[in-house]
Amino acid sequence: MFSIDFRQIGIVAGKEFQDRIRNRWVLAVALVFTVFALVIAYFGSAQQGSVGFHSIDVTIASLVSLVIYLIPLIALILGFDAIVGERERGSLELLLTLPITRREVILGKYAGLAGALTFSTLAGFGAAGLILSPQIRLDALFHYAGFMVSALLLGLTFLSLALMLSVFASDRTRASGLAIATWFFFVLVFDMIILGALVLTAGEYGGAVFPYLLLLNPADVFRVLNIFSLDEVRTLYGLATVFPEALSHPATLGGVMLAWIIAPLAVAIWRFER
Amino acid sequence: MASNIVDARGVTKNFGPVQAVRGVDLSIVPGELFGLIGHNGAGKSTLFKMMLGLIPASSGQIHLDGEAVSGPRFREVRRRIGYLPENVVLYDNLTGLETLHFFADLKAVPRSNCAALLDKVGLGHARARRVREYSKGMRQRLGFAQALLGKPRLLFLDEPTTGLDPEAIRDFYRILRELRDEGVTMVLTSHILAEIQERVDRLAIMEDGRIRACGSVQTLREAMNLPLTLEIAGGAGLLEQVTRVLEGLAVERIDETGSLLHIRLPREAKMPALARLATLGETLRDLQVHEPSLEDVFFGYRN
Repeated sequence: MFSIDFRQIGIVAGKEFQDRIRNRWVLAVALVFTVFALVIAYFGSAQQGSVGFHSIDVTIASLVSLVIYLIPLIALILGFDAIVGERERGSLELLLTLPITRREVILGKYAGLAGALTFSTLAGFGAAGLILSPQIRLDALFHYAGFMVSALLLGLTFLSLALMLSVFASDRTRASGLAIATWFFFVLVFDMIILGALVLTAGEYGGAVFPYLLLLNPADVFRVLNIFSLDEVRTLYGLATVFPEALSHPATLGGVMLAWIIAPLAVAIWRFER
Repeated sequence: MASNIVDARGVTKNFGPVQAVRGVDLSIVPGELFGLIGHNGAGKSTLFKMMLGLIPASSGQIHLDGEAVSGPRFREVRRRIGYLPENVVLYDNLTGLETLHFFADLKAVPRSNCAALLDKVGLGHARARRVREYSKGMRQRLGFAQALLGKPRLLFLDEPTTGLDPEAIRDFYRILRELRDEGVTMVLTSHILAEIQERVDRLAIMEDGRIRACGSVQTLREAMNLPLTLEIAGGAGLLEQVTRVLEGLAVERIDETGSLLHIRLPREAKMPALARLATLGETLRDLQVHEPSLEDVFFGYRN
């Protein structure tokens, strides 16, 4: 009853990936990432009156601020109609008459879209990294690679959320509305609520749980993950001082990101199988 | 049950307070071409979806090819089932051939048969074209080709000729005849009753979630005891002569249209009427017996 046929998952994933390659989605997103990364690397210090590449840490810090808005949005757009779109068009019905379970459909869709997102993220930021590589030390390149992986994880968490919304939504319009609301909540509103609560209570209450509350938002986990991986960047953020050392370990934060990928996907499967 | 490829027992489906299917019993034997007819909302589509395992029955049991639709081994049965939905929606980004490859992979069927299947449904010339460029009729034919992947033992065809031109409809039924000769069981729904009345072995009439009648078209006609029509062509004074020889028989009505007479009479009066008409000799130029159409039978049951 709970058996999974990975071959079926692979077939659905292959088709989803091929679709995104065909409609040039992967190329477009990769190009956007490359251009943004290069612009930030070369013009990030323009406000200080200098142009040109200075430091990978500062570049990553600027990229984090950009990626935290951009990648969740891209991932949500990529996945919001994965299920509801097919259901609305009618192709899902035909798919489900074939020897494939609903669980395999979800996992296949996720794998294919995740593949497209992975490809465009790695290719986009990777190309920028390649262009910058003559000017970066090896250890800095390692940090940049870490940033790329964390950006990818951020995308995969929001893709997982998008798929969950796609299962719950009754039509594409509602799914797109839910996707936008999710983006607003995690990227804009969540931090404001926490900061607001801290200010209201003058920091008397919640100070201890504050770091843990940040784990409830994958965008914040991504931010923290990048802050604690770079010495120069850590000093730019006051948050570093209030964050427990144990919680800021990349493995812990990476685990939290993985949980953020698995949990919405599990909920999506549970709902879709009902 | 073992000899039935489709076996439904006491199947019910409730959507909240609405009972869409009410205690349906249905048996279809292997090799049969079975029609399911009914007005919109009669419960055909819901029954179809339950038979395909797309939605669970609220109560009752459905077995296809010996396996319970809700059972763990139904995945294997799905490999032997073909389904053509009423509104075929395929993937616009794929070509016709790629579409079949995708479905063949999911059914674990060799891709090598796909090109031949496209030829069979008349899409060989368009195999490399993207589905987004296909007309509605071409999509329907591509949907039919995907249903035929893997030589299914059981085919579910929901309004299969929607969007097809007359030539394509003729080709479609020719393929269906070939499949029946090969022993494939087919269950189809259609609103075009004239199209299926001579083609199905048996059919079920659904109304209000129930099966009102089930059997061959002829059986249903006889069970309904609907009047039939004799159409006679003849010379001058035909009406008077026919009225005279049929006197005493339970003739319902005689209508005259030009040189033709249409005589409506009960089935049991057919043979006596023919015997008496034969006495008119060369006054009659032609005589045809028109059985009630499936449409007459359908509306007879509904009324």
